[in-house]
Amino acid sequence: MDPAVPAIGSSLPRVDGVAKVTGRARYLDDLDAAGAWHGATVRSKTAFGVLEAIDLDPAFDWSQVVVATAADIPGANVIALIEDDQPALVKIGQRVMHVDEAIALVAAPTRALAFEAAKHITPRVRAMTPVYSLEDALACKQPLYKDTNVFKQFLIRKGHEADAELDAAFARAAQVIEGTYDTSPQEQMYIEPQAMMAEWRDGRCFIVGSMQCPYYVHKAMKALLGCGPDGVVITQSVTGGGFGGKEEYPSMLAAHVAVLAAKAKRAVKIVYDRDEDIAATTKRHPCRTHHRLAVDAAGEILAVDIDVVMDGGAYLTLSPVVLSRGVLHAAGPYRCPVVRVRGRVVATNHPPHGAFRGFGAPQTTFAYERQMQKLAIARGEDPLALRKRLALRSGDTTATGQLLGFSVGTDEVIAAIEGVAGTAPTRDGTGPTGAPVRRGRGVCFYFHGAGFTGSGEQRLAGRATIALTTAGTFEVRSSSTDIGQGSITMFTQIAAGALGVDASLVSVIDPSTANVPDSGPTVASRTCMVVGSLVDQGSRALAGQLQTWAAENGLGGRPLLEIAKARSAHGELTHTVQYEPPPGIEWNDTTYTGSAYPVYGWAACLVDVSVDLDTYEVTIDRCVQAVDVGKAINPSIVKGQIEGGTLQALGWAVLENVVYKDGKVANANMTNCIVPTFADAPDLETILVEVPYPFGPSGAKGVGEIPMDGPAAAVANAVENALGVAFDRLPISPEAIAATKSQWSPS
Amino acid sequence: MTSYLRPRDLEEAVVARAAYPNWMVLAGGTDLMVNANHKPIPGGILDLWRLGEIGFIRVGDGAIAIGAGTTWHEVERHPAIRDRLLPLALAAREIGALQIQSRGTLGGNIGTSSPVGDSLPVLLALDATIEVASVRGRRSIPYSTWCTGYRTSLLASDELIVAAHIPLPGAGTWTTWRKVGTRRAQSISKVMGAAAIILDGGTVVSARVALGAVADRPIRITAVEDAVRGLSLARAAEAARAAVRTSIQPIDDIRSTSVYRREVAENLVARFFTSAAGVS
Ligand SMILES: Cc1cc2nc3c(=O)[nH]c(=O)nc-3n(C[C@H](O)[C@H](O)[C@H](O)COP(=O)(O)OP(=O)(O)OC[C@H]3O[C@@H](n4cnc5c(N)ncnc54)[C@H](O)[C@@H]3O)c2cc1C
Repeated sequence: MDPAVPAIGSSLPRVDGVAKVTGRARYLDDLDAAGAWHGATVRSKTAFGVLEAIDLDPAFDWSQVVVATAADIPGANVIALIEDDQPALVKIGQRVMHVDEAIALVAAPTRALAFEAAKHITPRVRAMTPVYSLEDALACKQPLYKDTNVFKQFLIRKGHEADAELDAAFARAAQVIEGTYDTSPQEQMYIEPQAMMAEWRDGRCFIVGSMQCPYYVHKAMKALLGCGPDGVVITQSVTGGGFGGKEEYPSMLAAHVAVLAAKAKRAVKIVYDRDEDIAATTKRHPCRTHHRLAVDAAGEILAVDIDVVMDGGAYLTLSPVVLSRGVLHAAGPYRCPVVRVRGRVVATNHPPHGAFRGFGAPQTTFAYERQMQKLAIARGEDPLALRKRLALRSGDTTATGQLLGFSVGTDEVIAAIEGVAGTAPTRDGTGPTGAPVRRGRGVCFYFHGAGFTGSGEQRLAGRATIALTTAGTFEVRSSSTDIGQGSITMFTQIAAGALGVDASLVSVIDPSTANVPDSGPTVASRTCMVVGSLVDQGSRALAGQLQTWAAENGLGGRPLLEIAKARSAHGELTHTVQYEPPPGIEWNDTTYTGSAYPVYGWAACLVDVSVDLDTYEVTIDRCVQAVDVGKAINPSIVKGQIEGGTLQALGWAVLENVVYKDGKVANANMTNCIVPTFADAPDLETILVEVPYPFGPSGAKGVGEIPMDGPAAAVANAVENALGVAFDRLPISPEAIAATKSQWSPS
Repeated sequence: MTSYLRPRDLEEAVVARAAYPNWMVLAGGTDLMVNANHKPIPGGILDLWRLGEIGFIRVGDGAIAIGAGTTWHEVERHPAIRDRLLPLALAAREIGALQIQSRGTLGGNIGTSSPVGDSLPVLLALDATIEVASVRGRRSIPYSTWCTGYRTSLLASDELIVAAHIPLPGAGTWTTWRKVGTRRAQSISKVMGAAAIILDGGTVVSARVALGAVADRPIRITAVEDAVRGLSLARAAEAARAAVRTSIQPIDDIRSTSVYRREVAENLVARFFTSAAGVS
C-alpha cells in the first residue's frame, strides 16, 4: 500500500487540530457578519402560570430595536421534535411552564442595547402552584402534561408474564438486595455557549450556528417557518463542544434568530451568555431508580425488579428516548432469567432536561452497579470476581431477550482490569497534609448499546455520499458534525483508507442541509459505527466505479489517483450509501423485546480513592478504564474520548451538580456550577480492547458515550469500601461524606 | 462615557482619587471584571495596573513590605517570601490558577475584602500592617482592625492601598496556611485559614489563628489563641478544636453548608497544631 495512505488504527493528527489550537478556527461569534444585529431573549421569571400580557416600558426608546413575540412566527409555534408541545415563544393566554421560558425577543444593532432593551420588557404572568418533585408530579394534583404528568412509560418483562411470577421468583430468593439511587442533574458545560445566526435572502432563511444535528434544526424550522425543505438552509459552524447539549436545544435558538431576522430585515445572531446558557438550556435528567435483586444460595441472579423515574422538566423534548435508553440498560450486563423494568419520565416545572452523553444509561448504570457492589459485600465475594461470574457473554440473552452473538468483550475487559489491578490500597493511612485518610477500591462492569435504539437506525435510513470532485480530490458529504470529538479526522481516515489515497486528498465538507444528505443526528455513539460504515462502503464503491470506468476507457490497471484525475475531467462522480441493518436485527416496539441495539460496547473500570478525614474530600488516586470499542480507527482520538467521558463521569460522581431553587438553576455560573479542572483529574489509564463488530468500519463500534456510564458507580463503590457506608446519591460531595461520619466503620 | 486615567505616579493617583472618589480603582481587574456585567458602569476608571510605586517586594530586617500592585505570581515565586512567609506563598499558589495569579494583586484581594479572600487570614495570622496613602498623607492600619464588615474596610474614599508590611516570624514560630475549596484549582474557598504558632520546644507560647469563609469577614479566632497558651501541641490541638466549635457561626450557601464549614474549620485548626509537632 502507498505509505501515505493513513492506516486504520494509526493516530492520524487531527485534521482540524492546528486551526483550533492556533485560534484560526472561526466559531459562530467570530464569523464576519457585517451589519448583523444581536438578539436577546426575554424570559418568564415565573415557573408556572398563564401569560397575561407582555409589557413594554413606555419610557424606553423602542425605535432603535425590534421586538418579536409569538405573533411574529410565520408557521406553527412549536419546536418540532417528538411531540409538538414546546412553543418557541409563549403566546399571550398560554401557560408558562418554567422560569427561563422564552416570552419575547429583542434585536438591536449592539449586544448591549439588545440586553438593555430586554430588561424593559416584562412578562405579566398569573402564577400557579408549580410542581418540582417526582412525588408531586406523579401525584398529579396539578396536571402539567395530559392528565397524568407522565410523558412516557415503558414496561420490560423477561421470563414472566404476570407480576405474580416475579413475586414468586423473589419468594424463592436466598437473598434480596434492595436500594434506591438518586442521580443529579448535570450541565454539559461545552466551551462555546449556544450560538446561532439567521439571514433571509430571496424568501429563503439561511441559518448557521453551533449544533450537533443540522437536520433536527431543519425539521423544526420547516414547521416553524411553514416552508418546504428548500425554504430553509441549516449550516453548522465550527462547534465548541456539545455532549448532547447541542442536540435538541439549537432548534430553539434557530427559531429565535429566524423570527428576529425576518422582522429586523437583516442578519441577526444570538450568542448566549454563560449564565443564561446554564440557566435555560437542557441538563442531564435527574433520576431515581429503585432496584431489587434476588439471588439464590449459590449467588446466581434469580430476578431483578427495577423502577426508574426521571424528571423530564417542562416539555417532552427527547425524554421518551432518554428514558428508553435508561430502561434498556437498567438490568445491566448480567445473566438474569426474570426481569421487570418499569420506567416513567414525568413533567415538572424545571427547564426541560435533555440529551447528555450516556443519555439515560449513566443513571441506571449507577443503580445496578451499586447493587452489584452490595451483593458482593453481602456474599463476601470479590467484587470483580462476582461480576465476572454473572456477566453476559456470547450465547446469553439480555433483558429484552436479545441473543448475544458477536463482539461481546466481557472477558477481555475484565481480564484487562485484572491484569493491571495490583494490590488494593491499605485502608488507613496519612495524607500529604498529615490528615488521616481512608482509602478504598471500587470496580464496575457495564455496557452501552451503540447506535439508535431498536429499529431507530432503520427508520432513520441515514445516507452519506462520497464524491470525486472536478478537481480530482475526494469529498465526504454527511450531516454528521464534528463537535470536537474528531469525526472529521475519523471520516478522512476511513475514506482515505478505503480509497487507498493520501489523507490530504480527502476533505470532509462542512455540514449544510444544502449540500449533504441526512446521515442522521450526531448522537448515540453512532457517527463512527453507522455513518463511518457508510463512508467506508461508499468509498469502496466509488473506487470500484472508477476502476470500471478505467477499464472501459483503456486505463485499466493504472493507479487510482491517475484514474481519478482522468475521470474528474468529465465532471463530478458521486456514490451515496444508505444504511441497511445487519441481518438478524429484530425489535418489537410494543413488547419492548428483541435487539435493543445492533451491538454493545463493554467496559470495566477500577477506581482507587482516598478520603481526607480533615476535609472529607475524595481524591481519585487512580482510575483505569478498559473499553471494548470494536476497533480504534484512530487510537489517540478514541483515548481522548474515553478520558474526556471518564472525567465527566468522575466530576458527576464527586463535585458537579445543578442546584434548583424554586425551579430556577441557583448556580447558573461557572464559579458555582463547577466541573473538574486538570488539577482535579487523576492520571487516567485507558486500555483499548478490540473485539470487532462485523458490521462496523474495520470492526469499530460506538465509543462516545460508554466511558460516561460506569465510573460514578466505581467511585461510590470505592468510597463505600473506604468508609463502610453506602453512598447511593450523587454527588458524593465532602458535605455528604461529612454527614455520614458517625456511621463509618471503625479505624 | 466612562473617563479613564492611568496615573504616572502615586502622587497623581492620590490627587485623582481625592478628586473622583466614585471612580473605580482598577488593579488586575480579576475581581472587578467578574461583576462588570451586573454592576452599573462607573463614571471613571483609575487604573493602577503596573504603577511602579506600588509594585515592589522589599525585604527589610524585621519585615517584608509588599506593594499593593504585586501580582500573586510575583509573590509566589519570590525567594524571601517562600522562605520566610511561607503561608503567603502557599495562598498565592492557590488563588485561582496561573492566569489569575498573573493579573490578580495583593492590593486587589485586600481591596475587595471578601470573606473568601484567600490571602486575608494570612495577613491576620502574620499580624500585617496596611500602608495607605491619600492627599492627606500616609497612615498605617493594623490589618487586625482593617475589616469592618461584609466587604467593608477602614479604607477611606480618598485613599489608596500602598503596601502590606509583614513582620518576619521569629525562629520559634511555625506558620501555616490551608484552603478547602470547591475543587483543586479555580475555586472559591469553603473554609480556609492560617496560623502562626510561637513555640518553646513542644509547648505553645502563643498563637495567632485566623479563618476565612466562616463569617462575614476574615476573622482571628481569639478563643483558640486564649485556649492554647502554655499547652503541649497535642493538647493544644484538642483545645483549639473545642474553641473553634463555639466561636464561629458559618452559613449555608450555594457552595457548602454551615455544618460542614464548622466541622472542617475545627479539623483544620487542630491540624495546624498537630502538624507543628512534626517540626518542633
Ligand atoms: C477565575 C477567578 C478565580 C479566582 N480565584 C480566587 C481565589 O482562589 N482566591 C481569592 O482570594 N481570590 C480569587 N479570585 C479573586 C481575585 O482574583 C483576587 O481577589 C485578586 O487578588 C484581586 O486582585 P485584582 O488586582 O485583580 O483586583 P481588582 O479586581 O483590580 O480590584 C479589586 C478591588 O480592590 C480595589 N483595589 C485594588 N487595588 C487597590 C489599591 N491599590 N488601592 C485601593 N483599592 C484597590 C479595587 O478598587 C476593587 O474594589 C478569583 C477571581 C477569578 C476571576
